[in-house]
Amino acid sequence: MKELMLGNEAVARGAYEAGVTVATAYPGTPSTEITETISRYKEIYCEWAPNEKVALEVAAGAAIGGARVLCTMKHVGLNVAADPLFTLSYTGINGGLVIVVADDPGMHSSQNEQDTRYYALAAKIPLLEPADAQECRDYILTAFSLSEEFDCPVLVRLTTRVAHTRGVVIVGERKTAPLWDYVKNFSKYVMLPGMARQRREIVEQRMARLAEAANTYSLANMYVDQHADTPGDTLADTHTQTQTDLQLNRVEAGNGKTAVITSGIAYQYAREVFGEVSYLKLGMVHPLPERLVVDFAQGREELYVIEEGDPFLETQLKALGIRVTGKKLFPATGELLPGVLRERIFGANTKEEKEEAKAGAQVEAIPTRPPVLCPGCPHRGVFYVLKKLGLTVLGDIGCYTLGALPPTGAMDACICMGASIGMLHGMEKARGPEFAGKAVAVIGDSTFIHSGITGLTDLVYNKGRGTVIILDNNTTGMTGHQNHPGTGFDLRGEPTNRLDLVQVAKAVGVRRVKVVDPFALTELEKAVKEEVQAEDPSVIIARRPCVLLDRSKTRVLVRVDEEKCTFCRRCLAIGCPAVAVSRTAGEKKGRIVINETLCTGCMLCVQLCPFGAIERVER
Amino acid sequence: MGAQIKDELTKKRWPGPEDVYNIILAGVGGQGILFAARVLGTAALMKGYDVKVSEVHGMAQRGGSVVSYVRFGRKVYAPVVEKGRCDLLVAFEELEGLRWLDHLCTGGRVILNRQRIDPMPVISGKAEYPKEIPAIIRRRAGSVELVDALTIAGECGSLRTVNTVLLGLTARFLPVEEEIWLETLAEVAPARMLDVNRQAFIRGYRYTQPSGQA
Ligand SMILES: Cc1ncc(C[n+]2csc(CCOP(=O)(O)OP(=O)(O)O)c2C)c(N)n1
Repeated sequence: MKELMLGNEAVARGAYEAGVTVATAYPGTPSTEITETISRYKEIYCEWAPNEKVALEVAAGAAIGGARVLCTMKHVGLNVAADPLFTLSYTGINGGLVIVVADDPGMHSSQNEQDTRYYALAAKIPLLEPADAQECRDYILTAFSLSEEFDCPVLVRLTTRVAHTRGVVIVGERKTAPLWDYVKNFSKYVMLPGMARQRREIVEQRMARLAEAANTYSLANMYVDQHADTPGDTLADTHTQTQTDLQLNRVEAGNGKTAVITSGIAYQYAREVFGEVSYLKLGMVHPLPERLVVDFAQGREELYVIEEGDPFLETQLKALGIRVTGKKLFPATGELLPGVLRERIFGANTKEEKEEAKAGAQVEAIPTRPPVLCPGCPHRGVFYVLKKLGLTVLGDIGCYTLGALPPTGAMDACICMGASIGMLHGMEKARGPEFAGKAVAVIGDSTFIHSGITGLTDLVYNKGRGTVIILDNNTTGMTGHQNHPGTGFDLRGEPTNRLDLVQVAKAVGVRRVKVVDPFALTELEKAVKEEVQAEDPSVIIARRPCVLLDRSKTRVLVRVDEEKCTFCRRCLAIGCPAVAVSRTAGEKKGRIVINETLCTGCMLCVQLCPFGAIERVER
Repeated sequence: MGAQIKDELTKKRWPGPEDVYNIILAGVGGQGILFAARVLGTAALMKGYDVKVSEVHGMAQRGGSVVSYVRFGRKVYAPVVEKGRCDLLVAFEELEGLRWLDHLCTGGRVILNRQRIDPMPVISGKAEYPKEIPAIIRRRAGSVELVDALTIAGECGSLRTVNTVLLGLTARFLPVEEEIWLETLAEVAPARMLDVNRQAFIRGYRYTQPSGQA
């Protein structure tokens, strides 16, 4: 059957068909929909772990326990999970373990552009890279067969344009994977130095075998029985008709003497621009199929390596003595879109195109439309108060990072999940205890549980006096409202044990713990002032659910009394999209108006107006 | 550098697969663009085309610009529509129509929803919303359909079907039959919203501009 599937849905489908019984993850764009899709397959146990390291450890246990297991995360999540990854490469697994990591070239929703392929190189495990939704499904099945055949975790790297593009996918049936016996094997799974030294040699042998297999590894066995009863829906339908199409690393012979080595989404872009030349499309980018690559390169007059991001393939091709054109011509930063490829090959625009571009750009500046905190967002008031108090704010990652933008602009740093608390503590140690009176850390609830608890432990243990504000909106907002341990509900929305943030803060030794409503500005301001002054470390939990979780509750809204409004614009300091400046042509001053379709009745602007000009009305 | 490839591409500057139809849906987070894109893609698949639909998730959805590319044809490679190659630009909001205008091909078609959603710089009085967007678009496009989809959606019983009204209008210009559209809609739309969606789709499909506007 043919379906239109998101790359991420196709990954989930592949895992389902491969007989996966355990799936673990921590959300992160662009990987999140994989696990959300899996949660709809009742045959698979699946969970949101508190962070990626735990997700991978749970997956490792399940795989060593004999099952087929999928673990998914975004690229930066693999930094968090790197520790178990590197040693799992030594121990190997028992059942199959596939780790899907979604990179984000162009940084649509990420803080960096790191390239997961280097992890495969460093951890000495294979990495597959699908180029469309069909391959997402196919490669997951292939990854499991590789994982079990070579007894190692397999990485599958997606990029945003693969993960978030719908494409045509031919699907098959689920096959039940055996639950392999679990047998105690001390020298394989207990990585004391003596055992690790032995496994280290096995890793090298495995990689050599994998590199050899890569020359001819076929997707075919994945299909043989799965499509048996639907002869029309074969792989040959999906790809073009030849036998070589069943190769994980495939050669597409074309016209002329130009050739391209490529993989992943870059393959699609290259096809778009180069047309019918010859391609070596790598499905497995690590380890490289050396023989295949060298043969392919032989006698080419012009050989290009087209890869998005770093020169990962290029460096290795050059080490094999192959002359290729890569990053010398194509950029290493941002997305390698077809337009970029064209420009680099053909040079800048022609005269006609320049003229046409000019005609299109005859408009004055087109205003930008930056993302903003939603109307009624509970984070907004916190940033207003922090800015008002002029504090240094060590920030973290989540919707609340938008508090860094004007007009609130109350954030000094944001590096990675959980970093805020450690950075606050470090700044205090560098600049002296008085600094703690002028700074706070701000961290979301999901982020605090992900990796803030250890930072807070450090701050208390090493006698910091910093103040940590936990923005508890009872969800993982930024990535689309996933549950986490603090919500009391699991991935499938079933009630479960709930982590209590107040108790956690107290348990690591914080004595000053306050819970405040972030809509009550006066109270919030008082709490922040008090706690930053205090000699002891403190935690303020700003608690109010994300406004998107329940919209039905908003029965009130506000209106501006034009008589009283002096257009002082103090209400604009919170940057609420529902509070707008309206100006008729020629009018100098303008008026404040409330957009009633956007207003949720949070009453922040009412509290800011010194003239009582914004008043509450029932809907 | 690149001499060979230039020759091989028969001096043709844009050798991309000619038979691929390129659509851009542009608007603001919350306008239901992803749903419309999904229906477009699914209908094209039902008709037997190869299809790619790219979506935007995450950061951009917090009130930011949202864009989706829909490409279908015999064989589709890249999931993105390049500048100057969009056959049909469906602007769910005026400013977003303007923003993506440079992607339109010569003689391309624009469907412009007469809705204005101010972005933050305009709300806070720091920037002005561009004036006379339809006129600017008309200067550049081969043809323009102006439609007040919000009003039509309201008449259908749910303001949230703006996307389906625009979808219906878009459908009229595509080589897919009405039955296939309605079938796809029934498959993709949530069951309890199906009736209003079907109505909204038909209103869009049968829409004609008041004379004097085109
Ligand atoms: C290591 C890592 N994993 C995942 C992500 C993706 N991500 C960004 S913010 C965030 C959590 C946001 O939740 P929360 O802290 O509760 O803040 P909210 O968005 O709800 O305000 C996640 C999972 C990331 N940036 N880094």
